[in-house]
Amino acid sequence: MVLIGVAIVIVGFIIRINPLLVVTLSGLATGLFAHQSLYEIIEQFGKAFTTNRYMAVFIATLPVIGLLERFGLREQAEHVVSNIKAATTGRILTAYLVIREAAAAAGLTSLGGHAQMVRPLVAPMAEGAAEAKYGTLPDRVRDDIRAHAAAVDNIGLFFGEDVFIAIGAILLMKGFFDQNGIPSDPLHMALWAIPTAVAALIVHSFRLHRLDRSLHKLLHRENGKGRA
Amino acid sequence: MWLSMEAVYIFLGIVVTLGSVWTFADRSNPKRFTSGLFYLLYGVTLLFGSVIPPFYTGVLVLIMVAIVGFGGLKLGKYEEASPEERQQHRQRLNNRLFIPALLIPILTVIGVTWLKNVKIGGAFLLDPNNVTLVSLGVATFMALLISMAMTRSTPFAAVKESRRLLETIGWAALLPQMLATLGTIFTTAGVGAAVSEWIGTIIPTHSLFWIVVAYCVGMALFTMIMGNAFAAFPVMTAGIAVPLLIQQFGVDANHVAALGMFSGYCGTLMTPMAANFNIVPAALLDLRDQHHVIRVQVPTALILLAFNIAAMYVVTLMD
Repeated sequence: MVLIGVAIVIVGFIIRINPLLVVTLSGLATGLFAHQSLYEIIEQFGKAFTTNRYMAVFIATLPVIGLLERFGLREQAEHVVSNIKAATTGRILTAYLVIREAAAAAGLTSLGGHAQMVRPLVAPMAEGAAEAKYGTLPDRVRDDIRAHAAAVDNIGLFFGEDVFIAIGAILLMKGFFDQNGIPSDPLHMALWAIPTAVAALIVHSFRLHRLDRSLHKLLHRENGKGRA
Repeated sequence: MWLSMEAVYIFLGIVVTLGSVWTFADRSNPKRFTSGLFYLLYGVTLLFGSVIPPFYTGVLVLIMVAIVGFGGLKLGKYEEASPEERQQHRQRLNNRLFIPALLIPILTVIGVTWLKNVKIGGAFLLDPNNVTLVSLGVATFMALLISMAMTRSTPFAAVKESRRLLETIGWAALLPQMLATLGTIFTTAGVGAAVSEWIGTIIPTHSLFWIVVAYCVGMALFTMIMGNAFAAFPVMTAGIAVPLLIQQFGVDANHVAALGMFSGYCGTLMTPMAANFNIVPAALLDLRDQHHVIRVQVPTALILLAFNIAAMYVVTLMD
């Protein structure tokens, strides 16, 4: 019966009720079915909400980024890229993927992020490259390019970070095996993360290459007036 | 220590709370009082979270959720700079605009690598348990000072701009914290144990290949439910990998761990439950479909999940 909360979440997301409501209802239902009192459940909400304040740390970047945007940061990022002939959406995102993943593999996971890098720099550059070639972008294409920019940040981070020995994930796994009395070694875990990390780079770069091709097919015909 | 996580939270709290003042005063917002209240309460939980008794924080959270639920959170007007204004500023400032933006990651990295164990007067400069986050907070604060000097703007102008960005994100800003909360409730209610028990009953325990598939797919699926591979790893590994792969077939724990965790990350790429990676960016980038980032990530995630399964199977055969 404790799985009622899981069911609520899945159904809620599928029929697209506001996720904040879905999650709250699921939490309340799960707690009640586990025979907790309402007071205990609300207390848990408060406690966990406070402990997880670190998830809100992206807010710290908003004043700088907002201010710089007011003074034309995004336009400048687009402008710089439009002067580089070889720049395409896919190549810019691939370059960012490589930097993000390599930095994460070296333990520099903070070199990136959606609020501080993707919104003000990476996404405008990726859009700027497409605009320089094909003129004004249709909204759905613009959305697609932005979503790709966000995805690159995630994929680079996830598949890079486990290659670094001292990252949280490796330490968590080490701790788990220690607790269960199973021998394990952080260095070997990090080493065995390399094949997937390389695969991620190859697979996603290839998809970004295909993104370029599909942009070309779609926009070259639609706008015709492209400079390329 | 000199700079703790609490200092960063106070900075966040000030930014959010101050911003709510403009929201209360924003006549173009049809729900300016409830919208203002939403951000005010959020600011209060950031500022005073460690002082307010958990039950009352919980009540504040439920009020915020209720405001969203009853449609009380609306957008207002943000007096954005016109394209011409931005063009003018841009031509004057040119590439100097990049300096503060790039300083954020650079200063963060400097803080993490070189200021990690620095002590002043016998106390750590940065909270040793949260070096990355505290460094990020300090880096953004310094970048903010520099960009204010560069653009000759007041702190209030910066808060107004951050309000514009925060309100584009809106309720999604709360979601990562709420999902982490749900994760905690799931754990105390025993959801993990129930799931791994259920999976244990449906996999054939004699076939190495199907155990590998069950473990990797289980990691991905359970991560999708919990929104976090770290929550899935102990459950799935204790339920499937330890008894079947490691003890029964004698597979090396290091192989299981690396590839299992990555299978979980494939799940992270495919779930709205990982809101900070998938839903917040969609809001931050003004995407019309909040699941657009996930849609873009699914093909890569599935290919890599298949790769992990294949790699783990090959490796287990060699062990």
